[in-house]
Amino acid sequence: MLTWLQKKWLSPKNFYHTAGVYLPWIGSAFLLLFIYGLISGLFIAPADYQQGDGFRIIYVHVPSAFTAMMIYFVMACCAFLTLVWRIKIAAIAMSSSASIGAWFTALALITGSIWGKPMWGTWWIWDARLTSVLILLFLYLGFIALQSVISDQQSRDRAGAVIALVGVINLPIIHYSVIWWNTLHQGPTLSKFAVPSIAPSMLYPLLAMIGAFFLFYTVILLMRMRNAILLREMKTEWVTQVVNYES
Amino acid sequence: MSNLIIAMIRYELLITMRAAYSWVTPLLFFIIVVCLFPLAIGPDIDLLNKIAPGIIWVAALLAIVISINQLFSQDREEGYLDELLLSSYPLTLLISCKLISHWIAHGFPLIIISPCLGFILNLSTHQEYALVMTLLIGTPTLVLLGAIGSALTVGIRHHGLLLPILIMPLYIPVLIFAIGAMTAASVNQPIVGYLAILGALFLITLAFSPLLTSISLRIGVNQC
Repeated sequence: MLTWLQKKWLSPKNFYHTAGVYLPWIGSAFLLLFIYGLISGLFIAPADYQQGDGFRIIYVHVPSAFTAMMIYFVMACCAFLTLVWRIKIAAIAMSSSASIGAWFTALALITGSIWGKPMWGTWWIWDARLTSVLILLFLYLGFIALQSVISDQQSRDRAGAVIALVGVINLPIIHYSVIWWNTLHQGPTLSKFAVPSIAPSMLYPLLAMIGAFFLFYTVILLMRMRNAILLREMKTEWVTQVVNYES
Repeated sequence: MSNLIIAMIRYELLITMRAAYSWVTPLLFFIIVVCLFPLAIGPDIDLLNKIAPGIIWVAALLAIVISINQLFSQDREEGYLDELLLSSYPLTLLISCKLISHWIAHGFPLIIISPCLGFILNLSTHQEYALVMTLLIGTPTLVLLGAIGSALTVGIRHHGLLLPILIMPLYIPVLIFAIGAMTAASVNQPIVGYLAILGALFLITLAFSPLLTSISLRIGVNQC
């Protein structure tokens, strides 16, 4: 297992090639799920009895919020791998994830505002969930800002890893303190430990969209990582070969 | 070992006291920021009393961020930081001493002066007590969290506003619970629960901050 990992994924060169092989498959899985989720979510699922057709923004809002949080968790795991075992690929994955995560967070905030305007009558309220997602965005931006000013590659990776880890330790604390501070948001639609408070005909498109967003993240991540690998290993023989071959 | 700790703290404090600029500026900043608010909002004493806890706490938080900015930078320029890194004593211990003396020199004056600022914003005695207690328990947490960011940015030449961006989101829980205590105090409710949570936040931060700060310092000095 470990040797397989090492051979296929861990060295930048092999990662570049393996990711290139898997990319079209993940991409097509994303497209399938996305098209199913979009069509059945926007056209087939029944309108909500209270929120009408307006609720359909849930199919963008919830998946992007989920993905935004999951990306931060992925970053923190990569940060741990970077700090403890100094795995290069993990550092590349961490840096490449940051801006994708920031965009998903921004998307969650924007779609949330658009949803909030007709439902709550206001674009923004200082509610616990909105606030903690906003803080998540700040954490992402801080990470990106820190990495953008450090020129040395190795210290950039490690400094980013430290700040990502500090962020992930603090994230639950921030989240619960903000919940304690103020809350108005509707309860979670999906919960692992309870029967979801949503009809199956609305649920399956939502799950499909969440899956699609995860896969989309994976696709973009792999593409960005391949790009970053080429940039980092610019001076090596194999990159010259790849570039010559592909151009 | 305890000799080392005492000597180190004494040494750090002596340096800070002799260069008064470094600890007086954040304090003055704190006072001036608080005094700007009545001018900006108007002399409505009820309104000021209502928002005074927020004003004082945000100003204290900013003053801590400003002072934490210079926690390691001077030492790095003088080469003292390299001595610390090369020292045979554990780096976490040395850093802890540095943080304690930093809090005494930069956090404690804020706490001393805060009741005076409370008076000009018309706080009641119970609120004054809550203010001092929350600052007393809250500011060490701010210093501990700030140290990590300060260590990470120590090698970056023009980092300026980077540090506040990095660490201020992490300050939010402390701010929320401190203000919670102040709000409870304004309606004469007990504040012990809030202080306990602030204490818990302090202990959590105390557990991981010196370690992460020393890791960050080793990263920070190598970058240029």
